[in-house]
Amino acid sequence: MAHDTHDTAHASHVDHAALGEVHEHPTWKQYKWVALILMVITVVEVWVYYIPTFVASPVFVPALLIMSAVKFAIVVMFYMHLKYDHKLFRALFTGPLIIAIITLIVLMFLFGHLVIGRR
Amino acid sequence: MATTAVVGHGHPPTTTGLDHRKIAIWAFIGSECMLFTSLISTYLVYKGRSVSGPFPHEVCNPPQCATALKPILNIPVTSVSTFVLLMSSLAMVLALAAVENKDKPGWAGTGAWGRALASSRLWLAVTAILGATFLGFQAYEFTSFVHEGLTIRTNLFGSSFFTLTGFHGAHVTVGVLWLLTLLAIDVKRGLGPKDALLVDISALYWHFVDVVWIAIFTLVYLIR
Repeated sequence: MAHDTHDTAHASHVDHAALGEVHEHPTWKQYKWVALILMVITVVEVWVYYIPTFVASPVFVPALLIMSAVKFAIVVMFYMHLKYDHKLFRALFTGPLIIAIITLIVLMFLFGHLVIGRR
Repeated sequence: MATTAVVGHGHPPTTTGLDHRKIAIWAFIGSECMLFTSLISTYLVYKGRSVSGPFPHEVCNPPQCATALKPILNIPVTSVSTFVLLMSSLAMVLALAAVENKDKPGWAGTGAWGRALASSRLWLAVTAILGATFLGFQAYEFTSFVHEGLTIRTNLFGSSFFTLTGFHGAHVTVGVLWLLTLLAIDVKRGLGPKDALLVDISALYWHFVDVVWIAIFTLVYLIR
């Protein structure tokens, strides 16, 4: 029985390495820091929402978009382990994501929400 | 080596050397990116084009409006639900770590915290509970909107908002059911390193649901 357990554990280890799934995962401390960073960014996002002068300034929307993108990237890289995983998984995720973002931006231009060069 | 390992688990060898199930979930997540971006695009295209209230952020007072309208989005409540969903992602990675390291006694340290950290059942349950809490917040939000006169048929904002957040809520519901199924399996026979891929796939789905909400929270709730 003990032998079986050892074999299973070993096979599992081989599986992970051979299948290119997990090279190394973040530690508990890294997970904790990632959660803390996500929490702080969320607090800042909500905080700036309640500052009328900041909301009225032209940096309000870009600042929120950057903070959101940072949170998005952190979760994908560390919690979804894309930073440590096989490049095929990266391609399968970032390819459609890039197409989708370009489509969104084009639609924004098409429907007049984004305008270049209008006085 | 890859062939040996894959055959050892009763699956045929793969040309990529990667497990098909993991490739499938990443391809699925890629397609889901496009689905949610189309829903977000629809919301943004129709943003500010509703001819009647309630409105998400805008304040409308007579004589511009027949009746006074206040912003309908409840940012404090949604901020708490966002925090809940972010913490559920932390619980999910801890559940996966507990399953992957189940055959390594003491990997999480000793003492009560170490035992808690090594308990996949605890973290799967915590993730499911936090997911269900998020759904509770969403049910509260939808109910309060309906009471304030906003339904999916009221205006462009209502149609695009309920479609987008409703789709996301349906995904969270599927995720909670998936987590409860894993929890039931863990309670019945225990999840170990040989099951790590199954938990990893469910974790990827759960984190994806989380990142979609990160985008929705900013684009729908915070940007006016």
